[in-house]
Amino acid sequence: MLHTTNTSVISLHSDEMKSEAIKDAGFACPVPLPAGGRVLLGHGSGGKLSAQLLKDVFLPKLGNPVLDRLEDQAIVCLNETRLAITTDSFVVKPLFFRGGDIGSLAVHGTINDLAMGAAKPLWMSVAFILEEGLPMETLHRVVASMQGAAANAGVQIVTGDTKVVEKGSADGIYINTTGIGLVREGISLSASAARPGDAVIVSGMLGDHGIAILAEREGLKFDTEVKSDSAALYELVATLLDATREVRCMRDPTRGGLSSTLNEIAGSSHVGIELEDASIPVREEVRGACEMLGLDPLYVANEGKLVAIVAPEAADRALSALRSHPLGAEAQIIGRVTKEHPRMVVARTTFGTTRIVDMLAGDQLPRIC
Amino acid sequence: MKYLDEYRDATIARGIAAEIRRQSTQRWVLMEICGGQTHTLMRYGIDELLGDSVELVHGPGCPVCVTPLEMIDRANMLARRSDVTLVSYGDMLRVPGSETDLFHMKAEGGDVRVVYSPTDAVELARNDPSRKVVFFAIGFETTAPAHAMAVLQAERLGLENFSLLVSHVLVPPAIRMLLRSPKNRVQGFIAPGHVCTVVGVGDYEKIAADFNVPIVVGGFEPVDLLEAIRMLVCQLEEGRTEVENSYARSVQYAGNRPAQTAVEKVFEVSDRKWRGVGNIAESGLRLKTKYASFDAERIFGLREVQAEEPAECISADVLLGNKKPTECPAFGTRCTPDNPLGAPMVSTEGACAAYHQYKRHLVTL
Repeated sequence: MLHTTNTSVISLHSDEMKSEAIKDAGFACPVPLPAGGRVLLGHGSGGKLSAQLLKDVFLPKLGNPVLDRLEDQAIVCLNETRLAITTDSFVVKPLFFRGGDIGSLAVHGTINDLAMGAAKPLWMSVAFILEEGLPMETLHRVVASMQGAAANAGVQIVTGDTKVVEKGSADGIYINTTGIGLVREGISLSASAARPGDAVIVSGMLGDHGIAILAEREGLKFDTEVKSDSAALYELVATLLDATREVRCMRDPTRGGLSSTLNEIAGSSHVGIELEDASIPVREEVRGACEMLGLDPLYVANEGKLVAIVAPEAADRALSALRSHPLGAEAQIIGRVTKEHPRMVVARTTFGTTRIVDMLAGDQLPRIC
Repeated sequence: MKYLDEYRDATIARGIAAEIRRQSTQRWVLMEICGGQTHTLMRYGIDELLGDSVELVHGPGCPVCVTPLEMIDRANMLARRSDVTLVSYGDMLRVPGSETDLFHMKAEGGDVRVVYSPTDAVELARNDPSRKVVFFAIGFETTAPAHAMAVLQAERLGLENFSLLVSHVLVPPAIRMLLRSPKNRVQGFIAPGHVCTVVGVGDYEKIAADFNVPIVVGGFEPVDLLEAIRMLVCQLEEGRTEVENSYARSVQYAGNRPAQTAVEKVFEVSDRKWRGVGNIAESGLRLKTKYASFDAERIFGLREVQAEEPAECISADVLLGNKKPTECPAFGTRCTPDNPLGAPMVSTEGACAAYHQYKRHLVTL
């Protein structure tokens, strides 16, 4: 049903989507696109179109054994030391939102990608692309926020770069980062390591970040108490790995949400995943906002949650460990890995029936009715 | 969530499903009209709960799905113009026209915006008089009042840069066409709750009387739908053919008068083409002559644009309930939500997309 009471324009310039503009600014792909082909906003959504872009454009030319693993971070060896490297771009709009801003988000997002590979984040680079005319005060606020987030997480920002583009060529501030971390000894995580029987655990409530951002989008403003969950996850990861080494894989379900993350794991590991609808933790306000906007919380972005695939015998220990940390207090076992329906994520509804939880195709579209 | 969770209660739902299975002496063929209802039935697996007592076939009530190909082509043509801002509901952007969709038009530089409410499009026109703002006004009786209000608002504001690309369809003529079809198997209808909230139930009483078919107005949550199915089965078992309202918390007998008045002021009934179905007499709405200055097809000379539908797409049979999406040879292979051949695969309200999204694991491709 159309919500005629809602006065709202959704800007399609969402955070992930602007990554195309960034690619244009600094990176020219040598591969010709198919005739008439264009980059669509959906190519930046973290769903199927993003995966297609990797498969069709990037991997054929840039692929190598490290990149081809397609984990959130690359693990490279230097003598006996395993280093994790990751890079990320941040184009969030608005720049400031409930629970965070683009500066803290850039730090958290980068170090979380390292943490998901069991790496302790050590150093970061930061590159700014600034739009001509940006108020200096805005930049000060963002940089101060980055400093705070980095200090809290024990990460040093050791190199950086600044470019300014003409007014209209960017949207305020874009940030690109690189993170380097040290992988914990004896731990090797991979999205291809999930085995039938494993437990699927999330560290807390889903969808907070995406809803907090949408609530502040120009033209879509609605009142909500929901705050972004943007947070640095390495401490939580360390707490988990101290309790058990039987963790197969960790991911942070950012853009594309839980569904995209689990579909990637199911695909990489050639297994099925079965979720229990009733045990998936979603805040009441987030459910309400999703109902109103016609969105599914399983597709909404998170910036301070992790999904862990854990061996069955270690599941309870892992859950207790996560719950012992403030960032994992609402952790839940939400399902298990199965032999059945390989590469598919299926949810058991509260009615005892089943449905597929598919990867996002294109962008999540508001429904008209 | 209050007022929602009660209607998703598993114990209540299973209880009603058991009651339906107990009452049924044969496998009744029922159709839910609205795509939103199809979506709920698939998402919660209600067809699985009902077993052999009821066969659900899915009706033509997805507004995105039935919008004819040439209307999509016309929208694409407008989006291609440098002086036009094309405003649409989100679902429409991915619907394939003959050659392209609005997402691609946007990527090619077209000014395409998504809104939740058509009055936002009026605001866009008001804020930038240099742009010709066209709202892609699709849908059933549910969206018509908001579109009418947008026109009235634009008129009040004296806007000359606002218009509608109208592709409005009406439910009752489609039900009548379906019931007249020699291929029809449907024995009872779940009428669309939101449409009836606007127009009331009078038209449905006429259909029930003319065709001796039971109709129950249904809501959109699992318990709503199960209750509507139970009431239909009860009527069929008792040989009654009445109109009953199981969605009384939203639907009143006469509907919403102010909404009807706005629609009557701005629109008039006209023939309409339905995607996959073809022309149905008096099955849609068009702008009245008085509001012709808000008619994008007239302003931009789009009436000549016609289009042929892909031969492989069986959307006609799907939209009329003659075939299940999974009976289509292209389902899940040549036709997927990423690469839809026809509109029912695009919108989450579309029957093909609902099957693909929720039930693919239960069929062999």
